[in-house]
Amino acid sequence: MPADQPHGATAASQQPAAQQSAPTAAPAAPARLAQAALRDVPWEIGVAKPDPAIVVDGVTRTFGGLTAVSVDHLEIQRSGITGLIGPNGAGKTTLFNLLTGFDQPNSGTWSFDGRSLGKLSPHQVARLGVVRTFQLTKALSRLSVMQNMLLGAKDQRGEGFFRSLVPGVWRAQEKANTEKALDLLARFKLDAKKDDFAGTLSGGQRKLLEMARALMSDPKVVMLDEPMAGVNPALTQSLLGHVKDLREQGMTVIFVEHDMDVVRDISDWVVVMAAGKVIAEGPPESISQNRAVVDAYLGAHHDAPLTVDEEERVLAEAAAAIAREEGVSGEVLSSESTDREGTQR
Amino acid sequence: MADLLDAFQLGVRAMFAYQAVFFALLAIGLNLHFGYTGLLNFGQIAFAMLGGFGVAISVSKWDLPFWVGVLVGIAAAVFLALLLGLPTLRLRADYLAIVTIAAAEALRLVFRSGGSTELTNSTQGISDFNADFLSLAPWSVAKRYDILGTRWSGGELWVITVGWTLVALSCLLVWALMRSPWGRVLRAVREDEDAARALGKNVYAFKMQSLVLGGVFGALGGMVYAVGTGSQNPDQYQNANTFLAYGALILGGAARVMGPVIGAMLLWFIIAFSDSALAALVSGDNSFFGLFEWGDLLSTTDIAYIRFIIIGVGLMLLMIFRPQGILGDRREVMLDAR
Repeated sequence: MPADQPHGATAASQQPAAQQSAPTAAPAAPARLAQAALRDVPWEIGVAKPDPAIVVDGVTRTFGGLTAVSVDHLEIQRSGITGLIGPNGAGKTTLFNLLTGFDQPNSGTWSFDGRSLGKLSPHQVARLGVVRTFQLTKALSRLSVMQNMLLGAKDQRGEGFFRSLVPGVWRAQEKANTEKALDLLARFKLDAKKDDFAGTLSGGQRKLLEMARALMSDPKVVMLDEPMAGVNPALTQSLLGHVKDLREQGMTVIFVEHDMDVVRDISDWVVVMAAGKVIAEGPPESISQNRAVVDAYLGAHHDAPLTVDEEERVLAEAAAAIAREEGVSGEVLSSESTDREGTQR
Repeated sequence: MADLLDAFQLGVRAMFAYQAVFFALLAIGLNLHFGYTGLLNFGQIAFAMLGGFGVAISVSKWDLPFWVGVLVGIAAAVFLALLLGLPTLRLRADYLAIVTIAAAEALRLVFRSGGSTELTNSTQGISDFNADFLSLAPWSVAKRYDILGTRWSGGELWVITVGWTLVALSCLLVWALMRSPWGRVLRAVREDEDAARALGKNVYAFKMQSLVLGGVFGALGGMVYAVGTGSQNPDQYQNANTFLAYGALILGGAARVMGPVIGAMLLWFIIAFSDSALAALVSGDNSFFGLFEWGDLLSTTDIAYIRFIIIGVGLMLLMIFRPQGILGDRREVMLDAR
């Protein structure tokens, strides 16, 4: 949108009032809409949203004995930015994989726009308008940046085996896609690189390319897995701008991120996961004070002072343990055990 | 010196002989599989065997017309590709490699086993099936022709004319496919399947199409080989040929339309040239700067092996100094695949 600003300004000088207010008000409005819609929603786990795009119900995924994801109920507000945070191993990426068909859950259902996504494979999910990016960027190295972009376009006629042999069938569409790709590349400041192999781009540029490529399909939901990881701070700002742009175009954005400043800056709603479960959700400002969240990140008994009762219980347990140990291993360990007892006092 | 010139001439002749056509078509198929789609097909020779025997069995056992035999061969190759691809293409790349290498060996053993004598004549082989094909030649197949100092029989000339036309048409097809969005998806699958899936591409279907088409190229190669030799024996289809075809592909440059063709021609030049050059070296009174006689060091039977050693060393040097092959793009090959 910033690119549109000068345009709006020149137009405004000729046609005052109505024209001038439109371009400045328009971008901000949808953002406020999503936020306003979520203002009255209680800060509870599994709370119903006014206009959910994605609804998750009872999804579990276990790897052997480990329950990676176990989400009872989760709704994602349409046209808003939902941040998904949580410590490492919380199951955020696994949830992404499940939602986009890259992994199959042990149980549960989830739907997009009321349509169940349960049995769909990744490409079918993508064709419905739910596209994702990956935590480890998947730029297609030995394709040029432009080819990467063109690949993102939906419903390409030239991708059928026999139709691909008749250029007349797909040439016009290809041309339109190329123009769209050039537009997007310019927005992401990659237009100068369009003929380079994607493998020659820097890490941050690859993140940009992956996001731009996802946008080629005009998605309805964009799922970004750690879009800012490994991106330098200057580029982070422009990436954030792009993510906000998506919301202003009416897309639903879900993103995984570890940087709390980023999360606070752009999300309308934050979902916190730990050990596979959703442990809190609410607007960003509600999260930093949430007890469950603080516990999840810092450990349950981080700096709570011991009460007298608790202290006595702990000491009694320690003494019992030492007694047991001395009973078993005798003299050798006894001095060590008394040391340990000393430090505990 | 005259010996060397003769060897050179024989080398040039081999560049255009039907064996080169055979390997060019095998390698064009592998190029589609490995170069463009990233599929590891280690049993390309099985497709060629089905093509060759498809023609041979149809014509000599079932008394069908030649062109029906061609269709039978192609259908058999398509069937094999589907059979191999259905269970493995959803899995990691290595599984296709394992299954294809096993299938190629198993098929050859089945074809040469006593139980299939009725159909394949087992190790006796099938002959007398290419008369129909040779009768189509616009010139006399029995006469001998001199072209630029190389001698060809009319039959050979007809086989290679049809063969190189097939190669040209195959290259044209690959070129047309690879500049299209379809080819772009294949290359995306080669780079990263999951990324292609996330962009809404049905990776499994694209891989299957690639496997089938590449297999059909292999079958066409087998047919050219069959009409070239005029006899079909399962033991002609040792799986080592698959790897020689890979050698040709890498020599010429993978993921290039003309790479497999240039590679196959060069491979056969090296084989034929080193064969006759070494034979001349060993047979005459040639000494190594008066230190020893070449004839004492090498016997004529060693030569068959030594030419493959030369090819192996050549390929190693190529990988070290020009990993992209003759036509490849060094920047592209040097990029990290991920």
